[in-house]
Amino acid sequence: MSDALTTVAVAMFAGAVRVSTPFLFVSLGETLTEKSGRINLGLEGTLVFGAMSAYAVSYLSGNPWVGVLAAGLAGSVFGMAHGFFCRLPKVSDIAIGIALMLFGSGLAFFFGKGFIQPTAPRLQAIDFGFLTSDPQLKVALQINPLFFIGLALAVVMWWALANTRFGLIVRMTGDSAATAKAMGVSVDLVRFVATTIGGFLAGVGGAFLSLYYPGSWNEGLSSGQGLMAVALVIFSRWNPLMCVAAALLFGAAGALGPALQSVGISQGYHFFNAAPHILTLAILIASSSSKRSLEGAPGELSITK
Amino acid sequence: MSEAGGRAIGVETVGMTKIFGSLTALEDVSIRVRPGTLHALLGENGAGKSTLVKCMMGFYQPTRGEMLVDGHEAAIRNPREASDAKLGMVYQHFTLVPSLTAAENLVVSRPDCPAIVDWKREIAALEEFMARMPFRVPLTTPVDNLSAGEKQKLEILKQLYLDRRFVVLDEPTSVLTPDEADEMLGLLKGMTTRGELTILMITHKFREVTAYADEVSILRRGRYVGGGLVGEMTTDDMARLMIGDTEIRERAARLEHGPSPVVLDLTAVYASDDDGLPAVTSVDLKVHAGEIVGIAGVSGNGQSELVEVLSGQRDLDDGRILVHGQGFEPVRDQMDKLKVFSLQEEPLRNSAVPRMTVAENIALRTFDKPPITSLGWWLSPGPMRAKARELIDRYRVKTPSTEEPMENLSGGNVQRAVLARELSGDVDVLIVANPCFGLDFASVSEIRSQILEQRNRGAAVLLVSEDLDEILELADRVAVMSGGRITLQAPIGATDRNAIGHAMAGGH
Repeated sequence: MSDALTTVAVAMFAGAVRVSTPFLFVSLGETLTEKSGRINLGLEGTLVFGAMSAYAVSYLSGNPWVGVLAAGLAGSVFGMAHGFFCRLPKVSDIAIGIALMLFGSGLAFFFGKGFIQPTAPRLQAIDFGFLTSDPQLKVALQINPLFFIGLALAVVMWWALANTRFGLIVRMTGDSAATAKAMGVSVDLVRFVATTIGGFLAGVGGAFLSLYYPGSWNEGLSSGQGLMAVALVIFSRWNPLMCVAAALLFGAAGALGPALQSVGISQGYHFFNAAPHILTLAILIASSSSKRSLEGAPGELSITK
Repeated sequence: MSEAGGRAIGVETVGMTKIFGSLTALEDVSIRVRPGTLHALLGENGAGKSTLVKCMMGFYQPTRGEMLVDGHEAAIRNPREASDAKLGMVYQHFTLVPSLTAAENLVVSRPDCPAIVDWKREIAALEEFMARMPFRVPLTTPVDNLSAGEKQKLEILKQLYLDRRFVVLDEPTSVLTPDEADEMLGLLKGMTTRGELTILMITHKFREVTAYADEVSILRRGRYVGGGLVGEMTTDDMARLMIGDTEIRERAARLEHGPSPVVLDLTAVYASDDDGLPAVTSVDLKVHAGEIVGIAGVSGNGQSELVEVLSGQRDLDDGRILVHGQGFEPVRDQMDKLKVFSLQEEPLRNSAVPRMTVAENIALRTFDKPPITSLGWWLSPGPMRAKARELIDRYRVKTPSTEEPMENLSGGNVQRAVLARELSGDVDVLIVANPCFGLDFASVSEIRSQILEQRNRGAAVLLVSEDLDEILELADRVAVMSGGRITLQAPIGATDRNAIGHAMAGGH
């Protein structure tokens, strides 16, 4: 029994590391966007389109990292579109986000039809297997470099929000647009830049999906991870470091179903696969209250106003 | 700071005119603010004070007229150019970023804010700056957690940090206790006398003008109507210039009642604010029939939460509310049965639906009763409009028709329409919060008379106001709230402005 437990624990650890990366990238991107005062719900579409473009470009160029870059650039274009439309008067960022979510997925399915069959070169993991002799852990310690890039990015973003002019201006714009305007800061420009960077990160998150895990391109690839990442930002209270913890938690939850199956518990497989979705719901309910306003929420967000 | 003398700059407007579409907000206004003075700008709401200073600060482009800075013609086309000319303004609504600390707010406001902030060095420099300033604010606390007074000080410090030499203050003392206001104005006055700064202060408190200002300019309906050295004018002169010949309704006389029963009875009331922190702590209050109890206090000390509890907008954490000795829960049925009504602050947000018509808004308390409703569910617009027409006449609401959306009415008329709805029936308990905030003299006088009439009729009135003068004028008893508690309760004749002021600051 303890063997089975170990297996499940190791599988969940491996899963946490493997599955968390797209969550991490999307939620970091969304954190930056929301810190500037806008919500981009379109990141689900950006994620799917990023996955498709990464796979296609990797296949065509033969270099998966070129694919990652292409996914990021494609994501930026989606971010720019969001930033551009939202600066028009009387435009709701939520509505534009939903439109872009559907548009991004649809466009990805349209262009991606031809890339479902071929096999593109995938990203290589870094092997930390030499650290242990345990064969299960050896497999679990195959870690993709994008995971480390994500970790570093979280730390850099956390530092930059407090210690750079850019960070202060983003926070100011997100908390009090009137103040930013009074200081001569272009609110629309700051939000445009923040949304563009957010789109870039979401695109990279998509590249991880198609080029590493699960590691192929098909239309059901994301299954709502982009949307869950937006919920995760609220759970992390707009703190990049908390995004890491939340992404790992969601990753581990996502690995629960396969981990239990690997030790022979296949009953309720689909139920356990739904764990991240249930967790999203549970966390949102537990962390909100009818009496309090959300702690740490940027004051300009359309959902908290 | 020996070289400080002579730093202050003077500003003059010449024939300043601003026309918005068909409305002339400002007409040919010339005022002269001499360097090193504290100059007061008086006027009613809508007299053009903010239009004038916004033209001076480059927020608006004047239609005609020009500005002289230190005697030289200066074109201020946007706030940045105002800043370059060392002109600055402190707005009535804070322009600090709530989630940023005081230090972050100051550093990010600097035009030469470094790309990467070396906080150790910046904090040291800020501390050295604070040491030279007449007042101090904690640097590393998020602005959210500062008191209103500290925020106001930080706003002024920001102007000084940015080396502004001419600063406009828009009603700077509205969020301060009388003691805090005196302290701050005294220190600022010191700075102007030493020639470090010139201040143009928008205010409507005559007391502050006579005590601290050197000169005064008075606007009415967009025009300059008079002014001069404060020492050479009486407050009566100033008031007459401000109001002009508008007819003001005679205030209802105060009827003296004998002893009367308690109608509204609060026992150990607790409530929390939006962040879940205690906002109202152990409040005990009794209001008798035919009595106005005024709750004084600086805004943000739990008064709005208390009013929200009484009007059903906020949950009661603990405690008991009785009306006529019966338990009262602020829901529609009970308000109707126990005749509890309210006049809330910001009526367009708290007591009216902006996009519904005036008639619908006036019917909000009665739409489900005959004659508007028949058979318990059928609403007829005819009686609703008839009732609205009658009340619009009686309460002198200026509206083109009963079908005008509420949001198109002026502030005074919105408040009158709400007044018509709340006071036209039989009132036993009346909850009033800042009823006259931002209204013109005529409306203020009208609304205060109506409140007094309700008292004379025997209603128990709870009046929450940030305007101490309003409380001193209307209330029979005063209670002071500070930090969510009642710090003083006394009959109005047995206390004075000083005692109330101290209680506002939390002292006893």
